[in-house]
Amino acid sequence: MAYAATARGRSKLPDAERVRTAAVRVGLFLAVLAGLSGLWEGFRAFAEATGLRLGLFEANDRTMPHIHDIVGQLFEPSRRNGPLLIDVLWDAALFTAKEAAVGLVLGALFGFALGVLLAHSGLLQRGLLPYVVASQTVPILAVAPMVVVWGNPRLPPGLRDWGAVAVISAYLTFFPVTINTLRGLTSVDPRTIDLMRSYAASWWSVLWKLRVPAALPFIFAALKIAAPASVVGAIIGELPASIQSGLGGAILNFNQYYITSPPSLWATNLIAALLGITFFLTVVAAERVLVRRAPEHFA
Amino acid sequence: MRSRRWSLLVVLALVVAALALVGCGDDDDEATGTTDTTTDTIASGDLDQVTLQSKWVVQAQFAGYYAAKDQGYYEDEGLDVTIRPGGPQIVPEQVVLGGQAEFGIDWLDNLLATRDQGQNIVNIAQVFARSGMTEVTWKDSGLDEITDLRGKKVGVWINGNEHKLFAALTKNGLDPQNDVDVVAQPFNMDLLLNREVEAAAAMTYNELAQILETENPDTGELYTLDDLNVFRMSELGTGALEDGVFVTEEWIADEANQDIAKRFLKASFRGWIYCRDNPDACVDIVLDNGPTLGEGHQRWMMNEVNDLIWPSPDGIGIMDAESFDVTNQIATDYDIIKSAATEDAYRTDIAEAAVQELEDDGEDVNGDDWEKPEVEVTPGGE
Repeated sequence: MAYAATARGRSKLPDAERVRTAAVRVGLFLAVLAGLSGLWEGFRAFAEATGLRLGLFEANDRTMPHIHDIVGQLFEPSRRNGPLLIDVLWDAALFTAKEAAVGLVLGALFGFALGVLLAHSGLLQRGLLPYVVASQTVPILAVAPMVVVWGNPRLPPGLRDWGAVAVISAYLTFFPVTINTLRGLTSVDPRTIDLMRSYAASWWSVLWKLRVPAALPFIFAALKIAAPASVVGAIIGELPASIQSGLGGAILNFNQYYITSPPSLWATNLIAALLGITFFLTVVAAERVLVRRAPEHFA
Repeated sequence: MRSRRWSLLVVLALVVAALALVGCGDDDDEATGTTDTTTDTIASGDLDQVTLQSKWVVQAQFAGYYAAKDQGYYEDEGLDVTIRPGGPQIVPEQVVLGGQAEFGIDWLDNLLATRDQGQNIVNIAQVFARSGMTEVTWKDSGLDEITDLRGKKVGVWINGNEHKLFAALTKNGLDPQNDVDVVAQPFNMDLLLNREVEAAAAMTYNELAQILETENPDTGELYTLDDLNVFRMSELGTGALEDGVFVTEEWIADEANQDIAKRFLKASFRGWIYCRDNPDACVDIVLDNGPTLGEGHQRWMMNEVNDLIWPSPDGIGIMDAESFDVTNQIATDYDIIKSAATEDAYRTDIAEAAVQELEDDGEDVNGDDWEKPEVEVTPGGE
């Protein structure tokens, strides 16, 4: 309960101080970004000046395009008389975002349900948990084609192809949610459960009024891992699903034509990373609303 | 509590914005039809719905099929065709055998290998009459003959695409296993450009152009064919046949399906004829289906692909028995198949019927007068 008190105290901070905290964060982010860019450019300049070679690796425009070339590429036409690359990638990112968002929701719901199931039965926990773990040791590259081959013909036409990708994405996301839900639900002080029981609270009430609120910080920690993973799953899943409209298709093509335009692939990776970060931030924002007591809020 | 309500609003707004964006993305996709997954919106009950599994991603290598769809040739033949692009994890034979597509495109030697494993697929049209595979070296490396590759690092795509090169090496007295250092080549030309290999596989219509579209850092100019030695498999006598259309024997046994296949080939051939006579229009069709492709590169690819099809002395798509034998011989010699394939591996009756109907319509199915135009290389393939 001490958490709640502190949280309330924090929300009463004057607006000026909140703005200052936000400014510091943005400044820090930009400083690190500038630092990383400096390292990239610095290494390249150093390697070029000294003729440094790491094995067969040689720093040049092909292996390490300049940061400004990568960003600049986004605002070049994707081809002669074509739309800007950023427009093409924006459409691709939206397509992938749809697959990833559906995958994340599916994975989170399934992961949560499985966590609840396992938390309430020691027998199931001992029996099923090894298989849940095993499911994550099978490479997603092996799972993805199977999902497409088996799943696609069974999907209604409107969901075909991208629906299978969402399932692949869900496969990558449910695991951390299951493990953390299980951990969170069982983290409740047994005395509080005893208290609820003494009031003749039902299993359902104990779950929703006590266990789930206690598990929420754990679940959100898992969702923060799952959100970027859902984007990765969607991108990987697009390849066996024959989807060319998303970021996976763009990465494949720019990889194929890498030597003729190296910055295009890097720019696509940049957009893919931004999409993952957007998913992460969405989870963080949802957490701020739903979990007032999360310890990481006091950082 | 005021701040809490405020942040709730922000999250709600974010969710609404995200949903709206996702909705927009959906609309965009349907408008441009880039995936061919939304054909159900236009499908009508009168059309036979079939799917073609392509060997690789959308590019001018498959322009004829995209043109047939775009120009309404499939619809004219009563077909609603979905073209599924391929990719690194997609094996067309498996997709067709799995029933997810009626038609597939793959190289003939791969088809023979699949048949050799007891799977009943059959080639019904050999669209590419010649092989476009080459092995290239830098001229300044002095590797001017294929025999010079002894002891060198030789890049080639593995998993079924190395047979032609291995056949060429063997024919010239080199053992692919012991006399050269075979390097698994990724599907870009990085290794050769960085000189991590001394020779690399390149299709005339794709990778060869990628080198020419790249700037030579020493001169600041694009590389030219004068910088390269190009060993063409077709000239070395080991040009196993490439892109052809196949189906399963079970599916084609049905007479109604034979009729669908004939109509499919007729419309597809008409698409290829259109691309021979209107290469620029076909490049535009390909670009519409592949938003991340470069225009200059696709223009080159269209031209080189036409060169692999035309002229077509027997009529487009009709398997030449002699070329089949060469492919069969290579496949047998390199243990791609345990026993030589028989003529059951292909049938020409359906393609012949399709070609006959096109001739009756006054189409030129041979392209004897076609002469390969010069296509300008663009920097970066733009």
